[in-house]
Amino acid sequence: MTRFFAWLGGGFLEAVAESGRMALLLWEAAVSLVRPPWRVGLFFRQMEFVGVNSLFVVLLTSLFTGMVLALQTYHAFRLFSAEGLVGATVALSMTRELGPVITALMVTGRAGSAIAAEIGTMRVTEQVDALAVMAISPVQYLVTPRVVAGLVMLPLLTVVSDFVGILGGYLVGVKMLGINGGIFMNRIYELVELSDIYNGLAKAAVFGVILALVGCYKGFYTSGGAEGVGRATTQAVVLASVLILASDYVLTSLMM
Amino acid sequence: MDVDPIIELRDIRKSFGAQRVLDGLNLAVRPGSVSVVIGRSGGGKSVLMKHVIGLMKPDSGQVLVEGQDTVPLTERQMTPVRRKFGMLFQEGALFDSMTVAGNVAFPLAEHTRLSRREIAGVVEDKLAAVGLGGMGYKMPSELSGGMRKRVGLARAIALDPKIVLFDEPTSGLDPVMAANINELILQTRDEFGATCLVISHDIRATFSIADEVFMLYDGRIIASGPPEAVRESADPVVRQFIRGEARGPITIA
Ligand SMILES: Nc1ncnc2c1ncn2[C@@H]1O[C@H](COP(=O)(O)OP(=O)(O)O)[C@@H](O)[C@H]1O
Ligand SMILES: [Mg+2]
Repeated sequence: MTRFFAWLGGGFLEAVAESGRMALLLWEAAVSLVRPPWRVGLFFRQMEFVGVNSLFVVLLTSLFTGMVLALQTYHAFRLFSAEGLVGATVALSMTRELGPVITALMVTGRAGSAIAAEIGTMRVTEQVDALAVMAISPVQYLVTPRVVAGLVMLPLLTVVSDFVGILGGYLVGVKMLGINGGIFMNRIYELVELSDIYNGLAKAAVFGVILALVGCYKGFYTSGGAEGVGRATTQAVVLASVLILASDYVLTSLMM
Repeated sequence: MDVDPIIELRDIRKSFGAQRVLDGLNLAVRPGSVSVVIGRSGGGKSVLMKHVIGLMKPDSGQVLVEGQDTVPLTERQMTPVRRKFGMLFQEGALFDSMTVAGNVAFPLAEHTRLSRREIAGVVEDKLAAVGLGGMGYKMPSELSGGMRKRVGLARAIALDPKIVLFDEPTSGLDPVMAANINELILQTRDEFGATCLVISHDIRATFSIADEVFMLYDGRIIASGPPEAVRESADPVVRQFIRGEARGPITIA
């Protein structure tokens, strides 16, 4: 029994310590942003890596999400003869919730894991120390550009995701299931407000910071050779995904 | 010591959890010397070196670089101190996203206002100095262990530092390559006038290049002086280590 509580308490303390270190890393990254030198090239390279290279997978997953949403809601709404609302439902779900979340989870799997693996490898092969020895701040050089890339690129990807998701819903709802296209679109215009879209994009920005920060953090604190890098990568994906969904709940309840 | 030491460690203590790695360590490095720290694997040599360059902070004690205590300095305040150093890491620590030339150019591009052309010139000079002229286009993954270390050395001396640190520069290399690296260490001192602090468990290589040898054991320097003096030491631990004997006071923990 004592051992159980010791385990529980130990886990709790470790979680608190980990949150603290992560917050500190975020703070350092933010402070580094306002200090010279500004290596513009690094920022663009990370934006390309986090954003542009994730475009295809975000397109695909969002398209199918919109399609399946239309399919599911169509069969439910038909029971009430409310097929006309399928479009608005898809649009609201995508902009408020699924666009940002799916984008964030896909980018976590693609780029968050790669960030952890890359920085983790640099850590265990002493490349991070080499930066410090050359009087270059590893946080400024490695973490800041990635966190900024997450912050900027996730909302942009989410715009694409929202749009493609609705397109997928349109294809299934209108072209396959025969809902009237005019009604489908009109309901969307009536029911979706700009604030739905903005709130979704704000969430996406937070998710972007989370997935980049967690990847950097796990990479930064990697130890134990190649095996350690693998562990850091897995942990980064799991932790970032959990934090994204948990913060999604918190943000959503704040925005309601 | 008749001249002020360029690096001095005073009563350094460092533990990781319950494991005490450095335990009241004192060390003074004469400017312009090749000073070699020997000691068994896992004995804390790399930890010692990380204290010298400020990658680790001691639990207590002072680290003096040209008379300045670096322990209380923040990471940002360390910048001018770090500029005095170049470091060759055990496995080279080359940036594997950059070419060989990119690696050597990196500190120049970050810390000087030289033009691209000038940087390319310096890079070619440094690569030639370590015997890798014309290899700048290669990626680190295409290099052998010895070549990686030589690129690491070229990068370490790119900014003509006053002090160059070498962490196990010859470990894992064949004897010819090891001798070649030793030559480069002497050349670094003679041509660039740098003070060299070398960490090694390779006794033979060590004694041939050292002006000064320090033996690290049990978290302390237990013997120091010119190689001949240390070789003749009466201390049983030192004797056992230098002769590479299985029997003696050093036991496998
Ligand atoms: N960052 C660290 N955290 C915990 N233990 C460490 C760390 N760095 C080194 N150690 C421990 O300190 C001891 C000395 O390591 P090191 O200085 O690398 O030995 P070596 O003399 O072979 O270079 C080892 O037992 C190692 O496990
Ligand atoms: Mg070592």
